[in-house]
Amino acid sequence: MNSVLTISELAVGQAIPERAHRPDNVQLMLYNAVLWNGHRIHFDEPYTTEVEGYPGLVIAGPLLGDWLHQALEEWLGESGELLSIEYSNRLATYIGETLIAGGIVKSIDVATREATLEVYVKNEAGDVASPGTARVRLTT
Amino acid sequence: MTKLLTQETLSAIGRRTEPQRELVTRRDIRKYAVATGNRRQRYIDGDQAPPMFHVPLFWDVVSLDALSPDGVSIDRLLPRFPLKKAMAGGLKIEYLKPIYPGDWLTATRTLADIYEKTGSSGQLIFYEVVMDIVDDDGEMVIREKTTRILR
Repeated sequence: MNSVLTISELAVGQAIPERAHRPDNVQLMLYNAVLWNGHRIHFDEPYTTEVEGYPGLVIAGPLLGDWLHQALEEWLGESGELLSIEYSNRLATYIGETLIAGGIVKSIDVATREATLEVYVKNEAGDVASPGTARVRLTT
Repeated sequence: MTKLLTQETLSAIGRRTEPQRELVTRRDIRKYAVATGNRRQRYIDGDQAPPMFHVPLFWDVVSLDALSPDGVSIDRLLPRFPLKKAMAGGLKIEYLKPIYPGDWLTATRTLADIYEKTGSSGQLIFYEVVMDIVDDDGEMVIREKTTRILR
């Protein structure tokens, strides 16, 4: 179990635990199947490289968005809830890459027990593929 | 610089899809939680839907011949834009109520805005689509705004 987070113990600049994701073909196929997403760049490798010119199968953008949510929720545990998130997908990422999701506390409002965080998914080179900001509220 | 967006294109602002009502099932939650690598037991067990579960719940299900050759379904909400190449877009999602198996949710998508800007690489078109998701009591569950950029 995660320890309990409280608003008075949060600090601006505090990092939330990072998580590494190494999506493979099976995960990418299952994810797009669950969405009913037939976009070839996620499963048809010859098409993706030869026709679209990508170096490999492209990780679906909303999956990166999901990992931002997971980083936040795993950090929050049962101590609070996610209120909103804003993010964009800036860089394409590919099967074979290791992608790191994490975040940093940017502001704290003790009165409302709310905090804002900068969140990210970055690649091994440290380039941020999916930057975002999120608002959370702690229970205590 | 000449304007890219004609009155005809701009008149699509405010266009809205028919409300789409869908049932949240434990099995669909479990599949989504597993496929995304989620580690929270209540999502893996399908006791509650994780955030972003609305993405698979309301993804367009169209017939195979309605897909473009690259396997993408065409968004009928959008007008024909003079620029085609999609750049990075962004999302803003507000979570207002939790989602559980057995919930019926209804989504309505609205083309909220279309505008153009000149960037360093030339002219760009922006459009915004708002998806409002309500439960059967009419209470807002999720509000999502997608912004996309064309060049």
